[in-house]
Amino acid sequence: MFSNKDVLDTIAMVEKEHLDIRTITMGISLLSCVRDSAEETARKVYDLVCRKAENIVKTASDLSGEYGIPIVNKRVSVTPVSIITAAFPEKAPLVGKALDEAAATPGIDFLGGYSALVHKATADYERIFIRTIPEVLASTKRLCASVNVGSSKSGINMEAVKMLGEVFKEAATLTKEQDGIGAAKLVAFCNAVEDNPFMAGAFHGVGEGDTVVNVGVSGPGVVKHALEQIPNADLTEAAEMIKRTAFKITRAGQLVAKEAAKRLNAQFGIVDLSLAPTPAIGDSVAAILEELGVETVGGHGTTAALALLNDAVKKGGVMASSRVGGLSGAFIPVSEDIGMIRAAEAGKITLDKLEAMTCVCSVGLDMIAIPGDTPATTIAAMIADEAAIGMINNKTTAVRIIPAIGKKVGDQVNFGGLLGRAPIMPVHECDSSRLIHRGGSIPAPIHSFKN
Amino acid sequence: MRAVVTVTGKDNKGIIAKVSAFLAEKGVNIEDISQTIMGKYFAMIMVVDLSESKEELSALAQECSEMGKKIGMTIYMQHEDIFNAMHTV
Repeated sequence: MFSNKDVLDTIAMVEKEHLDIRTITMGISLLSCVRDSAEETARKVYDLVCRKAENIVKTASDLSGEYGIPIVNKRVSVTPVSIITAAFPEKAPLVGKALDEAAATPGIDFLGGYSALVHKATADYERIFIRTIPEVLASTKRLCASVNVGSSKSGINMEAVKMLGEVFKEAATLTKEQDGIGAAKLVAFCNAVEDNPFMAGAFHGVGEGDTVVNVGVSGPGVVKHALEQIPNADLTEAAEMIKRTAFKITRAGQLVAKEAAKRLNAQFGIVDLSLAPTPAIGDSVAAILEELGVETVGGHGTTAALALLNDAVKKGGVMASSRVGGLSGAFIPVSEDIGMIRAAEAGKITLDKLEAMTCVCSVGLDMIAIPGDTPATTIAAMIADEAAIGMINNKTTAVRIIPAIGKKVGDQVNFGGLLGRAPIMPVHECDSSRLIHRGGSIPAPIHSFKN
Repeated sequence: MRAVVTVTGKDNKGIIAKVSAFLAEKGVNIEDISQTIMGKYFAMIMVVDLSESKEELSALAQECSEMGKKIGMTIYMQHEDIFNAMHTV
């Protein structure tokens, strides 16, 4: 039985430390919607998503009321659209727009799955599909796209990497009036996971069931508060404290995930143990690293502190949940974390340091604004670097980078809401085009051959 | 179904009476109650049974919160499972 202190602690976590369930994401398989034509497929997709998703918002609101814990986002992920539109890839945007309309149910903020998995090679239909991404992201509101360009098992598809550099640039150009928000809804992955509940990279893998509920927990503020109670503890004790805190947060996620799945007649998928920051004060992953002892995030020691944090979150969370998955770790998006924004504005954190941090955290170069005149081949080279880190280290890495068209270092982009704002960060100006134009693929590493 | 009602705020006369009268009116039975005063700060935690209440927990929680505002206190009503989940192994 819990004590009175436990009750008051939980309430303080919600009231003062921003404890919340970051997202309930319903994964829906669209494989049963494939028809002879794009029009008919789009209609089926619209009907299915509307029917399945109609109760997500109410269920989340009921659970939030009953448990007294806010559930911030209600989302949907679907089977990669490139697969269900393989017979008519040039018309894939019809399905994308149908999905966006289906997600217009009040309360659903994003729908992920306008995606292609091309980690080994790009099929003809996928090549056409990927080229539709910028226009679809520019003409929809809630739809998110992702492309898996590499994996530890298959290497890195450099043709896809090159194409993604161009796609990022075009997505930003088509939405330049809104600071390039198209690019903020697009992710290039290496080792993409099939059950990630977080946007913009969520999609419902083909190995998944019909309808699944995945939940992403959060709570950087809770972890920071716990560390503030032991300012002079050594790092072993700090790691223990993070583990214990992650356990509590994840248990809340597990409870909500199981109950949500039951009420939505869906399978309980996974709990994603991620610390996801928001631009709100007190909800920052950077602030945890600074509480551990780095003066400003980006300084020497940041990678070590992040490694400790990421690992302790996983260890605490794994015991708290019967099924763990997704990305599970600490997120380091620049625009969505007030500590990161400040460090970037002060020039204390660089792209190179962020890249190093992605070797030990759960994602990659996330929500970083770069000068609009950055060549597509340079963006492709950043994607290749990140994919290489993921491939060699058997982890998921991602790139969600925003070329701010017409802007330069010193300016900023502002998306508002959860996506936040980001100062334009400098990139290396040396030319990477020869590497990118070589094409082909980077072979899988020797340690991937485990059979 | 059991829930936990937490009442916090500045100490004042008649808080327990007002809250328990409100709960009785809603068909909510108080099973356990503990209360402390820290300085001028009042904190009361009650374990309640909702089996005879006609309303859903989420609606009751909302009403408790609104009733709390009227008497200048913060009131939460939460399913006990959240505390069991977070604080017991």
